[in-house]
Amino acid sequence: MPDKLNVVGQPLRKVDAAAKVAGRTIFADDVVLPNMLYAKLLRSTRPHARIINIEASAAETMEGVKSILLGSELPITFGILPVSQDEHTLAIDRVRYVGEPIVAVAAVDEETAEDAIRRITVEYEDLPPIMSIPDGVRATDDPIQAYAEQGNIHKTISFEFGETKSALEQSDLILDDTFFYQGNTHLPLEQHAAVAVYQPDGKLVLWSATQTPHYVHRALARVLEMPASRIQVIACPNGGGFGGKSDPFSHEIAVAKLAMKTGRPVKIALTREEVFYCHRGRHPVLMHSRLGLKKDGSITGMHFKTILDGGAYGSYGVASTYYTGALQTTTYHIPAYKFEGARLFTNKPPCGPKRGHGTPQPRFGMEIQLDKAAELLGVDPAELRLQNLVQPNSLTANWLTIRTIGLRRCIEKVIEASGWKSKFRKLPFGRGVGLACGCYLTGAGLPIYWNNMPQSGVQLKLDRSGLVTVFCGSTDIGQGSDSILAYIVGEILGIDPLHIRVVTGDTDLTPVDLGSYSSRVTLMTGNAAIQAAERARELLNDAVAAELKVPKDRLVAADNRIFDSEDSAKCVDFAKAVQLAEAKFGTIGTVGSYKPPASAAKYKGGGVGPSPTYSFSASVIELEVDPQTGIIRIEKVWIAHDIGRSINPMLVIGQVEGSVYMGLGEALMEEQEFRLGVHKTPSMLDYKSPTSMDMYSIETILIEEPDPVGPFGAKEVGQGPLLPMPPALCNAVYDAVRVRIDEIPVTPEKILRALKAKSQGKEGRFGPQSFPTIEYRDPMFILPPWSGGDGRSSAQPEYTRKGL
Amino acid sequence: MLRLPDFTFRRPKDLREAAAILAGEGSRAMLVAGGTDLWPKMKRRQMEPRVVIGLRHLSDLRGVSGSPTTGVSLGANITLRELEREPMLLDRYPAVAEGAHSISSPPLKTMGTLGGNLCVDTRCFYYDQTYEWRQSIHFCLKKDGDTCWVAPGSSRCWAVSSTDLAPVMLALNSRLHLLSNSGERTIEAGQLYNPDGIAYLKKRPDEIVTKVDLPPINGDITAFRKLRRRGSIDFPILNVAAWIRPSKKGRVVEAARIAIGGITSAPFLSVVAANSLIGRELNADSIHEAAQAARLESRPLDNTDLDFSWRRQMVEVWVRRTLEDVTRRL
Repeated sequence: MPDKLNVVGQPLRKVDAAAKVAGRTIFADDVVLPNMLYAKLLRSTRPHARIINIEASAAETMEGVKSILLGSELPITFGILPVSQDEHTLAIDRVRYVGEPIVAVAAVDEETAEDAIRRITVEYEDLPPIMSIPDGVRATDDPIQAYAEQGNIHKTISFEFGETKSALEQSDLILDDTFFYQGNTHLPLEQHAAVAVYQPDGKLVLWSATQTPHYVHRALARVLEMPASRIQVIACPNGGGFGGKSDPFSHEIAVAKLAMKTGRPVKIALTREEVFYCHRGRHPVLMHSRLGLKKDGSITGMHFKTILDGGAYGSYGVASTYYTGALQTTTYHIPAYKFEGARLFTNKPPCGPKRGHGTPQPRFGMEIQLDKAAELLGVDPAELRLQNLVQPNSLTANWLTIRTIGLRRCIEKVIEASGWKSKFRKLPFGRGVGLACGCYLTGAGLPIYWNNMPQSGVQLKLDRSGLVTVFCGSTDIGQGSDSILAYIVGEILGIDPLHIRVVTGDTDLTPVDLGSYSSRVTLMTGNAAIQAAERARELLNDAVAAELKVPKDRLVAADNRIFDSEDSAKCVDFAKAVQLAEAKFGTIGTVGSYKPPASAAKYKGGGVGPSPTYSFSASVIELEVDPQTGIIRIEKVWIAHDIGRSINPMLVIGQVEGSVYMGLGEALMEEQEFRLGVHKTPSMLDYKSPTSMDMYSIETILIEEPDPVGPFGAKEVGQGPLLPMPPALCNAVYDAVRVRIDEIPVTPEKILRALKAKSQGKEGRFGPQSFPTIEYRDPMFILPPWSGGDGRSSAQPEYTRKGL
Repeated sequence: MLRLPDFTFRRPKDLREAAAILAGEGSRAMLVAGGTDLWPKMKRRQMEPRVVIGLRHLSDLRGVSGSPTTGVSLGANITLRELEREPMLLDRYPAVAEGAHSISSPPLKTMGTLGGNLCVDTRCFYYDQTYEWRQSIHFCLKKDGDTCWVAPGSSRCWAVSSTDLAPVMLALNSRLHLLSNSGERTIEAGQLYNPDGIAYLKKRPDEIVTKVDLPPINGDITAFRKLRRRGSIDFPILNVAAWIRPSKKGRVVEAARIAIGGITSAPFLSVVAANSLIGRELNADSIHEAAQAARLESRPLDNTDLDFSWRRQMVEVWVRRTLEDVTRRL
């Protein structure tokens, strides 16, 4: 690795910036092919019903209609997780949410396809819709999904790391709190679109707005019963993803099948409303946390329970459920920890991963509960957190390996920048500050389907013209992953990254990268790119050393040339170096790949949570609450993020600001509400999310302590900075008007209700009142590292059995 | 994307021809100026005119004339962007400029017009949705259905008046010019609106709003406030306009009008609130009393953004704050 960095750490332009600002980026909806047909989907108008009959003859005979596709033509199910292969491309005998696709039509234009859809009638037999957590926990003989664990309870999880009950009994202070985190959606500006063509040679090509071309590739092969080697998936640049384009979707498979049936290219572009029905966003989560502390502020143990309102299908939901319990242990040392989680099926669009995937909800509860604990103990909440921090290079109770942890500096920096010490509990009534922290993965340790292969691969092609082409399966969703590849390769080969060609997200041309999710891309593709680039430099150095008659280890690559570090006049330009290498070795191409280190967590279910390394964030929000209206005005947000090292600080700050916006949108207004079985507000006007004109003032502080496993020390930034936002907001509301809002969104009426309750001598709080009884499974017992465990589950102690 | 249905677009050469086409086409036709209301509603099949008559190009609907001492005339085609920046309004009729300023977002204000905003369709969660969405609730009373989902027992539609300029015109007691094939007439602004979510305008379908006359303002004070979730783009979920005529010497109220919009199917004058101010100074007590009276007259329903009981509480706060704005301008 070079000693002096020329590219890494610089606020360079993105490689795709010129095309983006000129409006020349080819998004999926921009793909137009000769003779192309347009598809529309007929979607369910019932939340839960049996399909009795589909009458499509009036549409079939319409002029301009070329093909009608029914669910029965694609009987094989699919789904992102191997354990949740529960979706049909088009519903066959049952619909489970309003908006579920039932029929696909291909026609000569979109208007005709839309007219045709309206001429198809579906006869339904309605079933009782399950629309909420209380509905979902009730017993039923006719569950939404037959494979659910019990009734509409899709899956339960239960772990105990150390004897939590006895640890809690040794506390001086025990807090019991119930929190609710409302569901919300990704709202990317680009709506999903896909184009398919079935070529005369029997090969299928699909362009799609997807974050995960590799998984779409696998789903197409499975459902269409075609060898994957005859399918090419091209991920177009995404106009925002946030997790909403990480599943294989019905519309992608439908246009592929329609292209095969008609022999013509077929395009589909979803409306905004349809994107709300695709969803896969934030699960609504009801949670209960029991936290114990000693008088001195040290945490004794935690028992955390969650119930996730999952929607109608599995999606990533099993993983999401694990994630609601996985990262409680990564910020503050919790000696004994018990987690119970359950996901429900309900008649709503499926929930899945949204920025932070399953972790913002528990983080919300946990960070508010710490704020309450600090008040009860009479200590500063910043001090309480600092006192309990997890140590670097340590293992957590649930066997996650923490390497670098910059959280101490994050907290110290936001405290200092915000003037916390002169503001906390000292501002006039109506004005307040709140602190919260967060932690997130830098890539999931395991792939979504079990395999032993790398999670990311990079190929480099060095052309004698001096052009370097980087091939990688990753997908740029706006976060800058194409640029990161160019920066890293440019740094190592000493060339201008803007002259590197980056080819990504094409299953024919690029080696597999699992996709743009779990904040894995910079770390995993970056490490793969480093390996490939170092191998290429080795070849170049061999050839250049021979030419210049200079020892190899004295060669430096920088400024588009390779030169002798002791006499820079001895040099060749980069193209010449490639030519020398090509003459010596033949065509120059190298590969690199990355696979995360094995996890210390060996117990079953321990695959969700491990990561090569974790990022940390801390934030202080200062705000005003109008006590007459309950309306919040955010004065300023300070956020410090432990990035390890910024490959490009400008892009890092962009991700932090994006997370702040998104987190505050969730905290203040975003809400997936359903009424009469239907999404209440499936439009950008009525689903409230802050616009750029509503944006808040943010000061971002980057903590740069390079992590040994990250490329040049980099850790993630795409998701983690969202996590502190909702709890920091609620903690600031408390500081301002002394009422607790234990659920989001924090709407003005909730604040007024809590203020009113308080003025009547009741508890000054708005939030869920109770937590339903759920039959969680018996916990799996795992000894924490400090109790002599080995990362595997151990014999179940007597007391963990049911009824004890 | 959502596509527009087929329709015929007519481009009349002048207002007379526009009125003639409208009379001839009857209920098949609708007017369009800025199109910010009509086009998206046609895409969602909330409105299905076969003929759309364009007014935007008609120069006789443009322009500002008159003066604050004699009264000001505003052409119905003036854009909201022009209104919010018109110096005479900013100076002497601030509620008009503030009302226009508060509407939607800059791109839509550039397209949207005064006449369009005064006639903007009523809104409701059960109505402002696509055809397929409305199909899934078996439609609603306002379009294609027979149940008002806001009040299922009700025989009328409860969609909410969502114009920001109507309360201002009510408070000012402006007059509107209506043109039809059979001639021109003028009405008070308040006479345009009907408390019914479907038949929310009392003008005849063949009439075109062509002009708004603001009365002379002299020493009168106006103010406007709007409540919406996001300051950037949202429709009102409550708006308040106040007009106060102070006594020559000081702060005693000689005449007052307080108009409230965005909570029921028509904007209305809160007469009790206004009357409670007459003969009194504008101070904390009188303002408090008027604000309370306004709240008692307001009955928002659960068909637009945020909690409806909270919105009712906010009527009092918003009226109070609007009157406080007035006192600052005395």
